[in-house]
Amino acid sequence: MEQHFQHLFEALSQVDGYIYPNEIDLHWGLMIVLYPYITGLVAGAFILASLERVFNIKVLKPTYGLALLTALAFLVVATLPLVSHLQNPLRSYEIFMTPNPTSAMAIFGFVYLWYLMAVLLLEIWFDYRRDFVIWSKESKGFKKIFYKIITLGINDTDENSVKLDDKIGYFITVLGIPSAFLLHGYVGFIFGSIKANPWWSTVLMPVIFLFSAMVSGIALVMVIYMVVSWIRKVKIDMDCLDTIAKYLFYILIIDFTLESLDQIHRIYEAEESFDIIKVLVSGKLNITLLFMQVIFGTIIPLSVIGFFQIYKPSEKIRKVSYFLTGIFVLIGIFFMRWNVVIGGQLFSKSLSGFTSFNAVYYGMEGYIMTAVWLILPLLILTFLLWLMPPWKKIS
Amino acid sequence: MYAFAKPIELLAQSKDTDLKEDKTDQSLWGMGVDLESCIGCGKCAEACKIENNVPKEPFYFRTWVEQYTVKNDGEVKIESPNGGIGGLKQSVPTEDIFKSFMVPKLCNHCSEAPCVQACPVGATFISPDGVVLVDESYCIGCSYCIQACPYGARYMNPYTKVVDKCTFCYHRINDGLEPACVEVCPTNARIFGDLRDKKSDLVKFLQKNPTQVLKPHLNTSSRVFYNGLSSEVK
Repeated sequence: MEQHFQHLFEALSQVDGYIYPNEIDLHWGLMIVLYPYITGLVAGAFILASLERVFNIKVLKPTYGLALLTALAFLVVATLPLVSHLQNPLRSYEIFMTPNPTSAMAIFGFVYLWYLMAVLLLEIWFDYRRDFVIWSKESKGFKKIFYKIITLGINDTDENSVKLDDKIGYFITVLGIPSAFLLHGYVGFIFGSIKANPWWSTVLMPVIFLFSAMVSGIALVMVIYMVVSWIRKVKIDMDCLDTIAKYLFYILIIDFTLESLDQIHRIYEAEESFDIIKVLVSGKLNITLLFMQVIFGTIIPLSVIGFFQIYKPSEKIRKVSYFLTGIFVLIGIFFMRWNVVIGGQLFSKSLSGFTSFNAVYYGMEGYIMTAVWLILPLLILTFLLWLMPPWKKIS
Repeated sequence: MYAFAKPIELLAQSKDTDLKEDKTDQSLWGMGVDLESCIGCGKCAEACKIENNVPKEPFYFRTWVEQYTVKNDGEVKIESPNGGIGGLKQSVPTEDIFKSFMVPKLCNHCSEAPCVQACPVGATFISPDGVVLVDESYCIGCSYCIQACPYGARYMNPYTKVVDKCTFCYHRINDGLEPACVEVCPTNARIFGDLRDKKSDLVKFLQKNPTQVLKPHLNTSSRVFYNGLSSEVK
């Protein structure tokens, strides 16, 4: 407790202007930055998978299974930062037991469950069912037991049963697209619906979150596809990679346009909060917004992939560029979440001053925990790829 | 008469009070703050901390007092060291001051409370007599209500790990007493009462004075009314 107060006294000395006395402590820290970031990766990865399945873009086939498993690995972890941030995490189940229907956060719990249980798990199961049956006969030990259980006793592998799997899987994917939109659009609504905070309260927030989610998820699958191919020592399908990059380019343009529109609208209307937001953007968020999010995470990737739409250099240059671009985009979107969550709390609701954010290394809200929540889904994905390798599926 | 604020009749009909079939005998609590009377002594903030066991550190307040100083050059200086406890002292030289005034702040007990709307589990709610309360045994500590409150009136209690805020001293008003801040105010700058009782001091205060609520554009239907509220106050 003494350490907490010490931290707050330090923050008190860094207050600029006037803030309400209860505002010195930033209530949402790195965990709440992670929550929309990870959820966005899930939605984006799923939408990439849907492009192949529903929109029949066959060239993306090599990344279909990988995108689904990536979505699952990150979805499993998505709510953990949120729960660990709660002051009373053991009461978190109350969100499901007695949800307040007017609360955006309460309804998110159900959207999340719907997406996990009714969309992602079912789609993966129907996609893998025949392979589970076959693998359960060929494997040994833990894998054999797992495959046997996961078939749920349905061992048909004839053509009709596979066709039925495919039909149901297709139907679920079609259902999954609006669900993925809902999942991340809703995360945006959690912030966009807070009228007390002029930095958050914009009707564009759910749409911006949605497109930035698609950008980050596509970039993640692109990077993971390259890394997995290098580890497996197999040739990267350049047609597939070029197509992913093309979609990344298009969606990044939409995302950037929407975010620019939001800022232009603020500048043009110049409402009561404009003065403090202007200082916020040019001061406290200077590095994280203008440099990390806009230049590093958006302009550079847009320029590189945009250039490749006109002129295609050698495969080697493209591979390296796509990899770096993907990483840049992932970092840029992380800082987009940062700028929303942390940025929205740096200025006082009195619109008369600023507080500061001093992240710590240790503890539930520290950098180390942040790294843990980001590494954990990658470990889960590694396990899933070992257990259910998409490249071993019978297509 | 009540610029931007809802008339008493409308407040009395607001939906959170529809909990009882027979509403006529149900009080509807509110507060008036007379800025012309507040001297910034901070006794209200101090009494509140003692009465409600608010952590003594200067980051946690159910109520506090702000000192506004408008300088001759138009610059507005706002201060509230330790929430005004111990009394607010003027730091700007007298010759530089255009005007100066004190503004006590607290939960506005909105009838359209954004905090109540946001709470994911319904731990924060409006009582039948119009007081916004928090069920300590139910709050999950997500801080969403703190983000939703436009007035900075909520804090996370570091000891209990749940959100805390002004309750109009609910334990006292249920016993027929006034809230602690009202009782200790030496200048009667805080007027507490029943908005449905036309004979109450609060209703008389509202009838006599052109009152205003904080941040009227947010349409929260606040039940804390200020007399003499200047446009500099946010």
